[in-house]
Amino acid sequence: MLEINRVSKTYPNGAHALEALTLAVALGEIVVVVGGSGCGKSTLLRLVSGLDAPSEGAVVLDGNTVTAPHEKIGIVFQEPRLLPWLSVANNVGFGLEGRPRSERNRRVAAQLDRVGLTDKATVWPRELSGGQAQRVALARALVTRPEVLLLDEPFSALDAFTRTDLQDHLLDLWADQKPTLLVVTHDVDEAIVLADRVIVMRPRPGRVQQEIVTDLPRPRDRQSAAFDFAKRRVLSALDLSLDRRISVDDGQTLADEGAARWW
Amino acid sequence: MRPALGLLVPVGLAVLWEIAVRLGLSDGRLVPPPSTVYETLADLARTGELQHHVAATLLRVAAGFALGTVAGTVLGAVAGYSGIVRGLIDPSLQGLRAVPSIAWIPLFILWLGIFETSKIALIAVGVFFPVYLGVMGAIVTVDRKIVEVGRVFRLSGAALVRRILLPAVLPSYVVSLRAGLGLGWMFVIAAEFMGASEGLGYLLIDGQQLGKPAEIVAAILAFAVLGKLTDWLVVAASAPMLRWQDVYGTSPQKS
Repeated sequence: MLEINRVSKTYPNGAHALEALTLAVALGEIVVVVGGSGCGKSTLLRLVSGLDAPSEGAVVLDGNTVTAPHEKIGIVFQEPRLLPWLSVANNVGFGLEGRPRSERNRRVAAQLDRVGLTDKATVWPRELSGGQAQRVALARALVTRPEVLLLDEPFSALDAFTRTDLQDHLLDLWADQKPTLLVVTHDVDEAIVLADRVIVMRPRPGRVQQEIVTDLPRPRDRQSAAFDFAKRRVLSALDLSLDRRISVDDGQTLADEGAARWW
Repeated sequence: MRPALGLLVPVGLAVLWEIAVRLGLSDGRLVPPPSTVYETLADLARTGELQHHVAATLLRVAAGFALGTVAGTVLGAVAGYSGIVRGLIDPSLQGLRAVPSIAWIPLFILWLGIFETSKIALIAVGVFFPVYLGVMGAIVTVDRKIVEVGRVFRLSGAALVRRILLPAVLPSYVVSLRAGLGLGWMFVIAAEFMGASEGLGYLLIDGQQLGKPAEIVAAILAFAVLGKLTDWLVVAASAPMLRWQDVYGTSPQKS
């Protein structure tokens, strides 16, 4: 159980990024945070990861306050951030240093197989495509079997085809160990594909605008009407979060125009 | 083709000078022709003198380089990692760096005597500064995003330095080692000028005092060869550790 208790963050330059945000995420749940720029969603992930400390409030994992990077919490950034001087296999095994070599090799090989990059084990990161590099980053974060995996706009730098591919792949990997996923994105489709719950945030200072449960059966059909409906709900919540006017005509919410411009 | 092009000028000049001396256009006393230099080198090698002097100089450079490199790497890494240590020692070291290293000679002789210790200390000082500066400067500018990867895996202190910071700065580290080695060769001559009974620097002074320019040129040639050779050793030893680099200088290997 991951609990974020009335967490605020004010940066030294006075920027008020988060205001008393409270969020509880159950083990194995997938929570996706969306919001316009400046709503503090990346800040939230940095606080949960222990890379930054909150100004007020606390992040609590299984009853223990997180004050520094935690072995049960993994993170995947927007960029792969692979270590260029290590082979792909050694990048994946980076967090397993200190374990017996045989165990390390076995787990790295299994994880590489899982992300479909066994044939790339010995190459340098520079020889990978963007999608492959991000899969290695996923493997590196998952090989230590974290209880919570944080993903900060993990696929936003990829082309549309690779992105949907990796979204499906992420769900596939999630099914192995069922870690808790806390994902930040500005891609509404991505949010609906992944989430059990979508948290729509409101900017300046960052706080929760609305929580939307997306309980469509998996795998989710991106073309289905139910998918589209869930997407519209998130988009209209985003419009509200940015104080956009929503015109109501014959009792129907027309969020589309605003939705196209929400970021 | 390229190396051949580079050889054209020096070889051409040497051949022209040889011909000029052979034709009697110059007596070649102050500027010995290549053949005389070669004979001198061969003589020195035959009597074992050359090997003796080369070994003495090489040993001094090796000892000074090792000391300077270790000190420069350790202090550079600590100062790069810790802002407090950097604030504490960097201003003083930068101040000392501004002193031309040769200026230390009188003090080193007073402190450490005229023999090997003072020579090695001088070479070590010469090597220390480029290595310290290279390591410290490179660590300070390592990409924050890469350092965060280390932090996510709960690395700090020595482990962060060893697994993230030093590998990240390795390319610039090699450059500073090469710069340090170059200075090491420079200072070994200064050290041997200040009084030595063996070494290539001694050979230079000996050639000057006895009026044997061929011996001076022979010693200079030996310096050139040794300097190039040791530099190549550093490059060759580091090359396997730098294969990961994706830079302008390396040929494309992408499939």
